Amino acid sequence: MKKLRKKVYVTAGYNTISLGSGRKEFRPKEPRPGIEHYIKEAGEGAIAQINNPDNIDEGVVTNFMMARYNRQGNRPGFFPMIHPALRYKPATGVEGACGSGGLGLVVACKTILADLADAVLVIGIEVQNTVKAVYGADYLAGAGWYAGERKQGHAHFFPAQFSDRAGACFEKFGKEKVREGMAHWYVQAIENARRNPKAQEYHNSTEDLYTLAMTPPNPKVFCEHINVFDCSKVSDAGSALIFASEEGLKKLGVSKEDAAEVVSWGQCEDDITKPPPDLTKLTTTEKAVKLAYERAGISIRDIGVLEVHDCFTISGLLAMEAVGAVGYGEGADFVKEGRTRPDGDIPTNTTGGLIGYGHPVGASGVRQAVDILHQLTGKAGDCQVEINPDRPYGMLISMGGSDKTVVAMTFRKTE
Amino acid sequence: MNLDERLENVSVIGAAGKMGSGIAVLLAQELAKLKAHNQGKIYKLNLIDVNDAALDGLRRFIKAQVTKVAEKSIVALRSIYADRDDLVENWEMIEAFVDDAFSVIRFGSDLKMAADSLLIFEAIVEDEAIKIRVLKELNELCGEETLFLTNTSSIPIGFLDEQAGLSGRIIGYHFYNPPVVQRLVEVITAQSTQQELRGIGAELGKRLRKKLVPANDISGFIGNGHFMRDGLYAIGEAERLKDKYSLPGAIYIMNRISQDYLIRPMGIFQLIDYVGIDVFQCILQVMRKHLGDSTLQSDLIDRMAERGILGGQRVDGSQKDGFLKYERNRPVGVYDLEKGEYQPIEGKWKEDLDAAIGPLPAGFSPWRNLLREPKKEEKLSAYFQNLQGAKTFGAELARAYLARTKEIAKKLVQDGVANSEEDVNSVLTNGFYWLYGPINDYI
Ligand SMILES: NC(=O)c1ccc[n+]([C@@H]2O[C@H](COP(=O)([O-])OP(=O)(O)OC[C@H]3O[C@@H](n4cnc5c(N)ncnc54)[C@H](O)[C@@H]3O)[C@@H](O)[C@H]2O)c1
Repeated sequence: MKKLRKKVYVTAGYNTISLGSGRKEFRPKEPRPGIEHYIKEAGEGAIAQINNPDNIDEGVVTNFMMARYNRQGNRPGFFPMIHPALRYKPATGVEGACGSGGLGLVVACKTILADLADAVLVIGIEVQNTVKAVYGADYLAGAGWYAGERKQGHAHFFPAQFSDRAGACFEKFGKEKVREGMAHWYVQAIENARRNPKAQEYHNSTEDLYTLAMTPPNPKVFCEHINVFDCSKVSDAGSALIFASEEGLKKLGVSKEDAAEVVSWGQCEDDITKPPPDLTKLTTTEKAVKLAYERAGISIRDIGVLEVHDCFTISGLLAMEAVGAVGYGEGADFVKEGRTRPDGDIPTNTTGGLIGYGHPVGASGVRQAVDILHQLTGKAGDCQVEINPDRPYGMLISMGGSDKTVVAMTFRKTE
Repeated sequence: MNLDERLENVSVIGAAGKMGSGIAVLLAQELAKLKAHNQGKIYKLNLIDVNDAALDGLRRFIKAQVTKVAEKSIVALRSIYADRDDLVENWEMIEAFVDDAFSVIRFGSDLKMAADSLLIFEAIVEDEAIKIRVLKELNELCGEETLFLTNTSSIPIGFLDEQAGLSGRIIGYHFYNPPVVQRLVEVITAQSTQQELRGIGAELGKRLRKKLVPANDISGFIGNGHFMRDGLYAIGEAERLKDKYSLPGAIYIMNRISQDYLIRPMGIFQLIDYVGIDVFQCILQVMRKHLGDSTLQSDLIDRMAERGILGGQRVDGSQKDGFLKYERNRPVGVYDLEKGEYQPIEGKWKEDLDAAIGPLPAGFSPWRNLLREPKKEEKLSAYFQNLQGAKTFGAELARAYLARTKEIAKKLVQDGVANSEEDVNSVLTNGFYWLYGPINDYI
């Protein structure tokens, strides 16, 4: 695959609030809205930005584990619920663990490129607060290899996978440096989230975030090398946006100023039954990013705004290396120097990322696309960063499992 | 016989009660762990209570509590069940643990169930005659090997030993309410208490991850030895102030002084209600008898008890009305003995009393905020410094209260109830959640 055979745009992005611990309105013991609510709110949020929902040709619903969190299968069945105009239109459910959202974006692009549709509404949702975290850990462990890994695995399976990565990085690059880099990542995530009214950490008022982030891990109740602040959150949320062809944009009545262009993507899958080749690297992510750059004919120097999959602080640091922002083993310094901050060289996760906004697992990739769209169209509110005209591209990385299911997608401002 | 062997057959008497049910949960999880490690071995936990009707509720309580514990200790559970190939996910291990706990439990109302027990926890009503009768009966049913741990709050252990003829096979093992949550256990050894039992008590404390504080066998021990006198002081102050402020007003004042000015988790009258006015009365009576101290008495308490206004908690844990009236567990009124109704804590009545005690000294933070404060000591010390200099009526009352509290604590050491000042402070901070011990430099 080289350049896209025709132009594909994204528009009409919408994120719901990420509900869960940290939000003032979150009451764990009271009944809460379910998946239906989030699909509908997100879908309606997108539809409100176009002239007529009749002009949407298809739908994609991305989600990871509603079969367990919500005892519900048949994801696409909820698509027509958003609006009567969508009834009997094609819809597809997509799952690829925490990378579900990224896969949904790709499916929409392919549908447009195949001339099968001019406008595809992509909706990502996850509703996780239906069970205590100790049971949620079982469900999330499904992103790893159940038959081969679960029995030997940790109670908090995924946190432990990334705790092991952190441990390997401590050993290889020096514990103090990496640990500090992780803490700075946390601080940045919360500070960004405080500017995003939809973020789960929007209400966070902790004064000394850094000290909190440096809380020593407690392996008796959690993991060996990471603490709970190193983890993304358990969230209920949904996101939606529309992919459209040139023709589709016209039909939807959306002007190009309100859209961004999809320039390229790279998609790679690694074998879930094999351990990662190197715990100190996101090997698959690196490959997907390389493909995305090649196809767009760009490099990290062209990226003005970035969304990485910081399911854990350590994944944030490793992602900065995987995108080539900084050399191997130097991610911690890069973050500590503030170069990923909104006023840094590569503003990253400007709305809080998975740690600050929240991580509605199967929706996160869609949420990232919405936030990149908002940045490139000047609609990011208090989170808006200045997009350097020399670096007009945005990129997102959506990752499932421990660097298994990866999509890197690049976008740019419309001309 | 070591603790592991003794834990093969254990009984809790009074298992459906507040304390007994908590002790049952602690033991059920301990036996479930042993069972997981020693597949094939039979463990028995006999939960006995005369109140047959309450056993159903007990079953539900234990299930909910053991599940909670299992969820919290999931990291450890995964290693306990590492060899069980049929258990893979967290929920499966949690369920297995609850099953294991239930498989050791037998519920019933017949004391004979305890006949083969090697350890017996007694947590029945605080009534000397009944406790002695039950212990005697158990002694006849059980073998010479059986050891007894009593949860009595005030009855001397040596006295129970002698009356029930246990020849030193009894120790005071005084859990705090609720036993699952409260880390403190006051361990009371009578002179007669056997050496082996002392060792078992110490080891069990470690197993259950409790903080053990030794106390000597003097009625009331440390916890109630302090609490009763502290409560009586507040009652005495309220009676002194009642002419000027009316009795409800005076109770309101002393409750606020103890809660706010002294930064305690709850006001003293709220605490008496929490424990139960009848329980307070009963412990006073036991202490009065065994210590021969006629000052351990209160007309006010007796009158409240006579009226049947007793405080204590409902089955769902909510607070019943006592000296104070509660809505959502918060005081909203004060009982007026003359009128036989509650004076609402609101409006001008409240404002006038608050004005009389005056504003809190500078540097005050509520107990809840200080609890998680890393610089707690510094903040407390600055606050109490300001309290010293404050000229308000409230500050005056608070200083007198602090001084009396300290005096009571010191007397416990002088009288040989506690071995050290540190032990007294430890009981008040661990068992009563005070932020600071009664023996301090604040006064
Ligand atoms: N409640 C507290 O805060 C607290 C704290 C520490 C110690 N204690 C002590 O623990 C003991 C129990 O107190 P509690 O508050 O749990 O009381 P409770 O009234 O809640 O429970 C006592 C239980 O014993 C049962 N019982 C009574 N007589 C019995 C008998 N002959 N055989 C079997 N069961 C019998 C009752 O049915 C009841 O379920 C008392 O000695 C008390 O002083 C209580």
